[in-house]
Amino acid sequence: MSARILSCGEQALTVELGQSVDESVNRRVIALAQALQINPVPGVLETVPTYRSLLVRFDPEVTRGAAMKEMLQDRLNGLTEGLDLAPGRLWRLPVAYGGSTGMDLRDLAADKDLSADALIAMHSAATYRVYMIGFSPGFAYLGGLPRKLHTPRLVTPRQLIPEGAIGIGGQQANINSIAGPSGWRFIGWTPVRIFDPDRAEPFLLCAGDRVQFEPVSPEQAADVAARQVAGETVMQPEDAS
Amino acid sequence: MLEVVRAGPLVTVQDAGRIGLRAFGVSAAGPMEPDAMVLANALAGNTPEMAVLEFASVGGTFRATKDMYVAVTGSDAALWIDDSPARPCQTLSLSQGQTLRVGSLGSTLWGYIAVLGGIACDPVMGSRSTQLRFALGGHLGRTLEAGDTLPVGPCTAPPSLRKATSRPASSALAEIRVLLGPQDDFFSQEVLTRFLSAYYSVSPKFDRMAMTLEGPSLEAEKGHDIVSDGTLPGSIQVPGSGVPLVLMAEGQTTGGYPKIATVIGADLPRLAQLRPGTRLSFKAVTLDEAENALVTSRKATRAMLSSLGSADPIQPTSERLLSVNLISGVWPEDEASPNG
Repeated sequence: MSARILSCGEQALTVELGQSVDESVNRRVIALAQALQINPVPGVLETVPTYRSLLVRFDPEVTRGAAMKEMLQDRLNGLTEGLDLAPGRLWRLPVAYGGSTGMDLRDLAADKDLSADALIAMHSAATYRVYMIGFSPGFAYLGGLPRKLHTPRLVTPRQLIPEGAIGIGGQQANINSIAGPSGWRFIGWTPVRIFDPDRAEPFLLCAGDRVQFEPVSPEQAADVAARQVAGETVMQPEDAS
Repeated sequence: MLEVVRAGPLVTVQDAGRIGLRAFGVSAAGPMEPDAMVLANALAGNTPEMAVLEFASVGGTFRATKDMYVAVTGSDAALWIDDSPARPCQTLSLSQGQTLRVGSLGSTLWGYIAVLGGIACDPVMGSRSTQLRFALGGHLGRTLEAGDTLPVGPCTAPPSLRKATSRPASSALAEIRVLLGPQDDFFSQEVLTRFLSAYYSVSPKFDRMAMTLEGPSLEAEKGHDIVSDGTLPGSIQVPGSGVPLVLMAEGQTTGGYPKIATVIGADLPRLAQLRPGTRLSFKAVTLDEAENALVTSRKATRAMLSSLGSADPIQPTSERLLSVNLISGVWPEDEASPNG
């Protein structure tokens, strides 16, 4: 479908590239955000990629809205063929499945007629895509959850889910970026902090990245956590391939 | 240091905000009424973006642990230095041990207390603004409480003593201008007409994230769920209840409710300042009108800042200069001030 450029007040526009959660639409959203980084439009202050649209905040005293619309349309038309197919960074995050944070692992496996090991194998075999960051600082909405693992959220959210909890909500996977209430189901814990306000790079993930989960023992996870507390950089993205 | 003796219910540290992190799920926070914050800073001798205390309705009591200059803005705040009444919207000097008591704002909701040198708590991700929902920034990421002590930044020179003319009180009925969209097409023409012709009132349920409105329900003919997209301060979301709410400084960065309209930049601070119970109506404007209103309001802010008068209307005489120096150690050099 062709893009719609929608008004969000006089200081922002939403470039809507589709109506559904769809990887090819999301790839174009990220590609447009990158195009605006490579070849900036004067006055653009920041962009916010979401599933199927890009919010563009700008100063209309630098570029008025009508001109901004034309320039955004221009950038869209100029999106290089294939640019939207470039894979994002790949992160392999260690996960200790089960345990007190992965409190739903056994029940979820039983619901799906799987052993816990089979569920872990299925969850850790997939490659996930960060569709967008939202809801809370660094919270990544991950697409690519195997269909068999799709699970509705709880009607009544739990009050306190720890940071690093690995969750399933509907068709999506997530990593809890900050401790708080949540209605998602949780099957494990990663020691890697995806949000740390005191780190030079506070946010590990950005929209367009890819994520894989690597099963580790609770002892290995604790070791990563300890090294991280000591200030070590415990996670680097792998080269895009 | 500034000691908190008593704090109003919603006092936080705010600066210009944590700008540019919306793609990572972090809204800017920052002041609910930027102009009032900038004015407080100017009167205290600070640059516009320095960290201040923001309060909702009632400020509290604060003790100076050293001599300092302060200013309080936000309509007609009731103030006392120790037991003597003092005036808002002008430079005030506090001596070591004195307390500043900030009572109720008369006609607005949000007020600001600036201290020369700025509130100097540690910045988090480039800003001192408090983000209450995620306990980021400010003083321990929370509202201030009795017993808190706040570091104050260094100041090289005393400020010139200045004052602003008080602003006209807000009217009992406000007209708030909006641009329709981005999801106005989720609503029938009849519902859009209702939205633009009905009266709403500000609900007592307000915080720094959102302002809930009371008034006619707005049902979306295409449903109240969208595939989540970006939101901003000023976005008017309509959840399944049909009751619209306006996202404010600390609003979330993405949302799954249709947004019927967006409050224009020139009117969002006015909306923020409406007290619970105030009636308002929405008026749709064109993009050109919204842009022109923004330019006009920015000009008005600059004009306000450049027209700050001397806090003492009497022309300087040697006798007066001597007395001012004896009292506060300040040279009334309004013309030579870096903010003049």
